[in-house]
Amino acid sequence: MALVIPKENYSGKIYNVQLGIGAKAVTIGGASALPFLGFEGTFPNKPALALEVMDIAPDDWPATLKKAIGGAGSSAVQWAKFCQQSGADIVALRLMGTHPDQQNKSADEAAKVAAEVAAAIDIPLVILGSGHVEKDTQVLQAAAAATRGKNCAIGKAVEENYKTIAAAAMANDHKLIAMSQLDVNLAKQLNILLTQMGFDKERIIMDPMSSALGYGLEYTYSVMERIRLAALLQNDPMMQTPIICDIGANVWKVKETMAPDAEVPEWGGLEDRALAWEAVTASAMLTAGADMLIMRHPGAAAKAKELIAELM
Amino acid sequence: MALSGVEIFKYLPKTNCKKCGHPTCLAFAMKLAAKQASLDACPDASDDAKKVLGEAAAPPIRDITLGTGDKAVKVGGEICMFRHEKKFFNPNVFAVAIKASEAGDAAAKKIEAVRTSEIDRVGQKLRVDAIAVTDEGGDAAKFASVVKQVVDGAPGVPVILVSKNPATIEAGITHCADKKPLIYAATVENAEAMAKIAKEKKASLAVAADGLEALTTLSEKIKGMGVDNLVLDSGARKAKDMIEHFTIIRRTAIKKNFKPLGYPVISFATRDNSVSEAIAAAIGTMKYASIIVVNNVEKWKMLALLSLRQNIYTDPQVPMQVAQNIYKVGDAKESSPLMITTNFSLSYFIVRGEVENSKVPSWLAVMDNEGLSVLTAWAAGKFTASKIAQFITESGVDKNISHKELIIPGYVAVLSGSLEEKLPGWKITVGPREANQLPTFLKARA
Repeated sequence: MALVIPKENYSGKIYNVQLGIGAKAVTIGGASALPFLGFEGTFPNKPALALEVMDIAPDDWPATLKKAIGGAGSSAVQWAKFCQQSGADIVALRLMGTHPDQQNKSADEAAKVAAEVAAAIDIPLVILGSGHVEKDTQVLQAAAAATRGKNCAIGKAVEENYKTIAAAAMANDHKLIAMSQLDVNLAKQLNILLTQMGFDKERIIMDPMSSALGYGLEYTYSVMERIRLAALLQNDPMMQTPIICDIGANVWKVKETMAPDAEVPEWGGLEDRALAWEAVTASAMLTAGADMLIMRHPGAAAKAKELIAELM
Repeated sequence: MALSGVEIFKYLPKTNCKKCGHPTCLAFAMKLAAKQASLDACPDASDDAKKVLGEAAAPPIRDITLGTGDKAVKVGGEICMFRHEKKFFNPNVFAVAIKASEAGDAAAKKIEAVRTSEIDRVGQKLRVDAIAVTDEGGDAAKFASVVKQVVDGAPGVPVILVSKNPATIEAGITHCADKKPLIYAATVENAEAMAKIAKEKKASLAVAADGLEALTTLSEKIKGMGVDNLVLDSGARKAKDMIEHFTIIRRTAIKKNFKPLGYPVISFATRDNSVSEAIAAAIGTMKYASIIVVNNVEKWKMLALLSLRQNIYTDPQVPMQVAQNIYKVGDAKESSPLMITTNFSLSYFIVRGEVENSKVPSWLAVMDNEGLSVLTAWAAGKFTASKIAQFITESGVDKNISHKELIIPGYVAVLSGSLEEKLPGWKITVGPREANQLPTFLKARA
């Protein structure tokens, strides 16, 4: 019996979305088949790697992670340059300091930092709020205005606050990260709401909400597979945006990245374990179709880049 | 592809003799189609009927068992491309390679690593599943000695014999023939000799070829020689080839019922760099490999890989649950706060994790709601004031604590009044809605 390679019948494609300007601008998306199936599709853009910086020092980040970042975390600008030097394709600035439970920094302070970081790097910039639904609207409006012309991605717009944030992205020619809670239908719904208010569907990046390895990873993984199937097989225009996975924030909260060897000897050495935790989480997201990853550990990010090179 | 009742009927005697217990051959055929009867019930079934109907009823991907006893593992038997379509049934095997050159101390260390590899995660015991004794073109006697070292040192652990030299396999298999080993591998060059050994020793046999077309031809040839329990190696070693080949194999078996590739896949994920090896192995777990071989099984690597495998192979329709209990988080004392949540394992891990992050030792009462999250359980009537009150009262938690305050998840704030009635003497405090607000909440109270 002769083998006939069974090719899938794709009717849709992922949109290309460009971030940044100039020589180091990055385009993500564009896949015409399910992840890395080169025999039946084309993948014009490799998944992009963003390293995360914050507007505050990473004092409460796990020890292993702080060590990997070294002194660079003392200023957002220095940190961003360190990320660029470490091989990041993109810098993701999370304005954690603006959270009311953190330093409750103002929108203006956030805008200032965003502008400074944007000026300090050649690579594209992602600007993230702290995740506080109300505060993010002011913070992201200000940051978007302060970085106008840089073609950043701002986020995250969620169901409760998308109108203001999307308007800020539109007004300042940025791309938008839209996040929904681990559900295919909610992801689609948010994209519909955004396009209904006039936001261009080809300027959206979908965040299906990440989970760390061992902590519900399979939910994110399967939501992503289902999103891709809808986009490529059913040609659903609301599902054809590129996907971003913000994994560092989830991974570096779990016990496996923090517990010292002595506390849990059956878990092996902490440094290797913590790096592997983020690297394996990244590999899962890439396998499920991530077009961009936001990571924290430069070493883990390097491993993710190595995998990307091997997959393309 | 399943045959319809009418198609099956064509192969039956059509005598309506009723010996099968059904009134007519057609009725029996309908039952067979619905998999509610077995062809064994028909004493007059022709050989042709048995062959055709047997094959049609066979799963698209054969399942094979390696090893015997309580450490035996079953692989293959999968029916879908995406876990969300149904589930992935048989978690992949992780095997550590022990080279013949590692005989003695190095082998002993790896054997010990396998023996002490078991971890508990969400109530499941996970471990390194198999050992692949690997010939590097050397001495058959040395290879056999390592096989013996493995069989003696890791009793019950399934063995994979890795060599392309039939004489080497012959030497090694004498120590483990009765333990359902896997022989790797039959190739174009050694096909007859390897198939002969596999048949004699009733061992599973891997088929290794360079590319999918060559693999198809070779697998058909080996099956034609009478070996049924096959495992496939397409030669894929880089991540790109792994995903492409393994996807094609799975798809062609499931969607086209293509028998030559309807077998479990073995993936060699060995790398010089250990993190790279972990990632290559992870690709196999996610993308259709049934047996994954690595060079080293460090505890940190196996923790990550076994957790990933557990995640990917979880039944999407059956949430993982933790046992109902009062869990002590940190050095909780009588005055420590008491919180309640549901026994959906994710709820438990996330809530527990945030409590640990808060560094405020606490008691976490985990109630059995059949593995549903807080909101789902509440909506389904499985996380009600009465049920919570009953659980708290029957748990005897009041013996651990000097206070009588129960913190409930913010999303079920609506239960607080009713709960206070049902737990007289107790104060009900509404906690945050999101687990990530717990550290702020707990620290503010301290």
